[in-house]
Amino acid sequence: MLRDITLGQYYQTESVIHRLDPRVKLAGTLLFIISLFFFKNFIGYLIAAVFLMLVIRLSHVPFRFMVRGMRAVLFLLLLTVVFNLFLTPGEPLVILWKVTITKEGLKTAINMAVRLSLLVVGSSVMTLTTTPNNLTDGMEKGLRPLKVFRVPVHEVAMMMSIALRFIPILMEETDKIMKAQIARGADFESGNIIRRAKALVPLLVPLFISAFRRANDLAMAMEARCYRGGEGRTKMKPLIYQKRDRIAYLCILIYLTVGIWLGRLQLPAIG
Amino acid sequence: MSIILDHVNYIYGGDTPLAVRALDDICLQIPDGQFIGIIGHTGSGKSTLVQHLNGLLKASSGSIYFNGEDIYDRDYDRKKLRSKVGLVFQYPEHQLFETDVFTDVCFGPKNLGLDKKEVELRAYDALRKVGLPDELFYQSPFDLSGGQKRRAAIAGVLAMKPEVLVLDEPTAGLDPKGREEILQQIRELQKKTGMTVILVSHSMEDVAEYVDRIIVMNRGRVMYDDVPKEVFRHGKELEEVGLAPPQVTYILQELRRRGLQVDTDATTVEEAADVVMRALQYVT
Ligand SMILES: Nc1ncnc2c1ncn2[C@@H]1O[C@H](COP(=O)(O)OP(=O)(O)OP(=O)(O)O)[C@@H](O)[C@H]1O
Ligand SMILES: [Mg+2]
Repeated sequence: MLRDITLGQYYQTESVIHRLDPRVKLAGTLLFIISLFFFKNFIGYLIAAVFLMLVIRLSHVPFRFMVRGMRAVLFLLLLTVVFNLFLTPGEPLVILWKVTITKEGLKTAINMAVRLSLLVVGSSVMTLTTTPNNLTDGMEKGLRPLKVFRVPVHEVAMMMSIALRFIPILMEETDKIMKAQIARGADFESGNIIRRAKALVPLLVPLFISAFRRANDLAMAMEARCYRGGEGRTKMKPLIYQKRDRIAYLCILIYLTVGIWLGRLQLPAIG
Repeated sequence: MSIILDHVNYIYGGDTPLAVRALDDICLQIPDGQFIGIIGHTGSGKSTLVQHLNGLLKASSGSIYFNGEDIYDRDYDRKKLRSKVGLVFQYPEHQLFETDVFTDVCFGPKNLGLDKKEVELRAYDALRKVGLPDELFYQSPFDLSGGQKRRAAIAGVLAMKPEVLVLDEPTAGLDPKGREEILQQIRELQKKTGMTVILVSHSMEDVAEYVDRIIVMNRGRVMYDDVPKEVFRHGKELEEVGLAPPQVTYILQELRRRGLQVDTDATTVEEAADVVMRALQYVT
């Protein structure tokens, strides 16, 4: 039932991309997304797509898992395309009864669709190849400079990794409690909104209780092992840049330079 | 009148790389009024199997018949099935949610659409049957002890008056005394009402003493399905899949190996004592 919702959907397999330092992947994804907003012509997008395809090939994650993330934003994508297509003023291209498709509209729509797709797939690559824990580790280390401004980087990272760790557990718990109540004749699926909201009480109360119990247990277990926050804390697997990480940074840099240089060229108008 | 499972398969996480085959070609027939124990090592598919019996999980392939009707038929009333096959989950105390025990037990029968009087009557009856003392009826369920919570939760299912009662590890996490008491009560209930009871457990001792029939699960398959005596004959194979016959079986087998003519079929301590006494009289 609820298992179908995948958040932090890590795909377990062996690949270079999986082994990369999470900081590289974070920075790479961020730069990749930013680069998408610099392009002015289709060559830029082409380069971005090729770059992304290469990374996907290297990651050994089947392509269908990449596009799975697209499903979530499909509606948004369609909406963007439709609005841009019909509502952008400019030189009319097609006139159907009352709606007009302009040349500018067509251009913007395609532009947006491509950009959004690349953006979603690009970030999927990161979440599919990095465990949530690894990701927060990378964030913690990458954001360490912010400590100067008194941002509690360690605490935030710890909270995030705990939260991420608990999502599947709570999901499983929800599934179990839901089943147990269905076995007692509960009905979560029929009736109007008020009835449905009421039907959630037998699910939510045990769920909250169990979440609090788990939180309490975890806090106790952490204190029993002398957890006192980030001060002086060392890591079992400290993040250290390897050769492959440097190579990856280089690749990203090359992509950025080439992509933005070619992507911003003023091309002769097509058609 | 019975439950029939016909080549039932179940796979968790169908199209992901993490697909797990939890049930593998299960064929079973469960007649009315039997007291059945399902045992198996952790992860052998016991919980998955029992969730099929009331239609909570839908088999990936195969069919299930309840009283001669296919429960996967499009117009089969699965909600009614759930009231006929009462399922008490592992750690059922986690499902308590009301402000007092009595109201919580009322939840099940109320969902059946019965009138208030009948609901309360059933709740009261169920609470008595599980042996929860009267003074606890109007306490918050969260203030009860582990064993009491467990009873309250079992009562919550009993109050629906199921024809088949399935209990998934009802004794997990209880002390020996609490365990004994709950099992005793379940047996009495079974005797008195004649309902079919299916008891899931991974402890042979729990099951051996009470049930008419044992189904041993291993890696999603039915390994043995027979009366306790016959199942415990396969001591070695059981050990290989992480289970152990009751301790008395070991003692009797060892006694026999050392030359005492005992009948090794005894499964409970009383039976064993009896057998040993007889054997000793025989040799002296
Ligand atoms: N919701 C689920 N999603 C994916 N796999 C599951 C799920 N529930 C169980 N499994 C897997 O199915 C198999 C059978 O699990 P099941 O819970 O039926 O075992 P069990 O015999 O009840 O074990 P236990 O004695 O620990 O309760 C296990 O390998 C388990 O990992
Ligand atoms: Mg189980």
